[in-house]
Amino acid sequence: MKKRNAYFVAGLILTGFLTAMILLGLFWTPYDPNAMDGAAKFLKPSLQHLMGTDGFGRDIFSRVLKGAGTTYGIAAATVAIGGICGTLIGALTGYFGGIVDDVLMRLGDVLTAFPSILLALVVISILGPGKTINVMIALGLVFIPSFARVTRTAFASLRDVNYIKSARLMGASSGRILWRHMLPNTWDVLLPALTIGFNNAALAEASMSYLCIGVTPPDASLGYMLSEAQGMFVRAPWYAISTGMTLVLMVFGMGLLGEGLQHRHGEVF
Amino acid sequence: MKKRLFALMLAMSLVSAVLAGCAGGSKTENPGTDNAPTLKELNIGIAQDLDDSLDPHKNVAAGTREIMFNVFEGLMKPTSTGDLIPAVAESYTVSDDHLTYTFKLREGVKFHNGQTVTPDDVLYSYNRCMEDNAEIQVKLPANIDKVYVENGDICFQLTEPSNEFLSYLTVAIIPADYTEQDTKPVGTGPFKFVSHTAQDSVVMERFEEYWGESAKLDKVTFKIIENADNIVLSLQSGAVDLFAHLTTAQTSQLGAGFHVEAGTMNLVQALYLNNAVAPFDDVRVRQALCYAVDREAMIDLAFDGYGYPIGTSIYPAFGKYYDESLVNNYPHDVEKAKALLAEAGYPDGFAMSITVPSNYKPHMDTAEVLVQQLAEVGVTATIQPVEWETWLSDTYVGRQFESTVVGVDAANMTARSLLERFTSTAGNNFVNYNNAEYDTLYAAAQASFDDAEQIALYRQAAANLSENAANVYLQDMADLVAVRDGVEGLNFYPIYVLDLSTLDIAA
Repeated sequence: MKKRNAYFVAGLILTGFLTAMILLGLFWTPYDPNAMDGAAKFLKPSLQHLMGTDGFGRDIFSRVLKGAGTTYGIAAATVAIGGICGTLIGALTGYFGGIVDDVLMRLGDVLTAFPSILLALVVISILGPGKTINVMIALGLVFIPSFARVTRTAFASLRDVNYIKSARLMGASSGRILWRHMLPNTWDVLLPALTIGFNNAALAEASMSYLCIGVTPPDASLGYMLSEAQGMFVRAPWYAISTGMTLVLMVFGMGLLGEGLQHRHGEVF
Repeated sequence: MKKRLFALMLAMSLVSAVLAGCAGGSKTENPGTDNAPTLKELNIGIAQDLDDSLDPHKNVAAGTREIMFNVFEGLMKPTSTGDLIPAVAESYTVSDDHLTYTFKLREGVKFHNGQTVTPDDVLYSYNRCMEDNAEIQVKLPANIDKVYVENGDICFQLTEPSNEFLSYLTVAIIPADYTEQDTKPVGTGPFKFVSHTAQDSVVMERFEEYWGESAKLDKVTFKIIENADNIVLSLQSGAVDLFAHLTTAQTSQLGAGFHVEAGTMNLVQALYLNNAVAPFDDVRVRQALCYAVDREAMIDLAFDGYGYPIGTSIYPAFGKYYDESLVNNYPHDVEKAKALLAEAGYPDGFAMSITVPSNYKPHMDTAEVLVQQLAEVGVTATIQPVEWETWLSDTYVGRQFESTVVGVDAANMTARSLLERFTSTAGNNFVNYNNAEYDTLYAAAQASFDDAEQIALYRQAAANLSENAANVYLQDMADLVAVRDGVEGLNFYPIYVLDLSTLDIAA
């Protein structure tokens, strides 16, 4: 019990701290994250520049704050789009079953057969590159099948449970049954799926920006910064380390949170 | 999948960086090739294999031509200063009507297989580039009526005069009865081809019977290093003594024992503006952008100070056509830029997009700096990264863009290849530049056969581009070559070649 809660607490502290920093970054950064300074290229971490500066003389700490915010925002939007649409599809197909269920799930199989980066790339090239909103939509669409699958299983397993049967006998509408009786009982599956999805989305954004099909420079995102840092690893190792560590901590915190939630719910129910 | 892809890339970068770091520690223990005083051998790294034919008339890859330059020669050959000198020909005369060129062959020029070059070989080589054969990539211009031999001299009969005809005669001369040119090329150059091992190396040796000044190196081995992460490592470990076309990120890792020589990439890097769309159809807006951009600062920020600011569509290697003073037409002046924008009706600036082929990191870096500099005068620029294919189809051919950062190079050493595209009717005028005075100047230059007059006209045309701010001209990018200390004699050419004949190893 104690040990399991430790996951949750640690995750909460880590994620809370990072979220606080990112919120701070929305309103204040030590320097303008995009301001270049020829006289301050490749400065080592110091009190003036907590994480040093990059090849354009930009303050890495400021850029990490902004970039983590971008990555965070994209991950959150992805999980929102994928989660809402996926849950809706999963709930309906799981509850009603039938031919629609078969068709949608096979469609989902087809989509999962492709690497998600490739799918996102296709969506991006249709929507047009260079816009953050398009990255959100692309990743959101790509994440729908995985959410739908998880939700469908949860809803399908509840379909023939006695209290649902009773509700149906009492004449409750399908909508009411889905919303009031089934959804709350799938949280223990949904919540970890959301945190895992969030992590995958954050990493997907990073890889897309790393491949220059995500966030457009000069705006910062952790992925794009990592791809820049790679080229100057010997000259400015602090760039890759600080950016990479931020991404690792972000994913790690969320992972702990998901793990904690899973165990907590496992005990409650 | 995505997680793995990402992790893999990060891991690769870490590993290569760590390896590079280790190699740095042991570099003093490796003397490279200096310990072979009797035989001068040099190892040169190249970033790509020679995948296409080695036949000089068939290959298209710039990387292949770059090194095969040492094996082949035409009647004429280019020099590092951008001139043409007779090579297999000893001299030539031009008839008064500019329609007949007569080339006297140099006595006793030998092919690498020991045969002497005959007029028939020359005839064969040039006819080969005129016949209708899809395999032959090098084409002579259509204005050649016929090529024939007269008293042992080679004569070209033209249908109409051309002041660029000579530049085509650098086409390689090869033996007429030789069939293995694809894999074992034979030419007349200062180096002879020895072997090519796929994915590994290309070996060349000095040609002892070369007609001209003998090369100084005995043997050159080109090592194929396709993985960019291994380039620095290969230099530091001593496997390679010289590597061209590096980035500042790579040269900054070299450490002691090397020096960096900076030539030019021979292209015009600019913020190309679509002159047909608002607000860039207003010359004042274009000029304002020129004043807003600080080239020196951009080169410092994005290129570590390596680069040559330019002011028009001619780069420095073009020698006689290049007017150095044009670079000063638009000194960095934020106030003047703002004033011009206000005058043009944009006191608060405007929003614009910069299309950049995202696979070209230098152009992306440049655009990033430009966004910052333009913001200072109130212009909000956003970068629109596109694939190279998309850039070619939409931006270059389709002309659907506001502005773009790219480098434009010259197909050959003629002013035409750089300046023709800005005439109003040119098919490749992707910036839609439309200036009657420019068209007149260009047409006059084309029609002129007086060298001095033609140079003056081309210079005026180039000045016209600068004064009307056809584009925001930035720089000719630096071509950085890492050279092991002790290796000397590297010459830069205005075309994409690596000349081995002047390279030497100091004793």
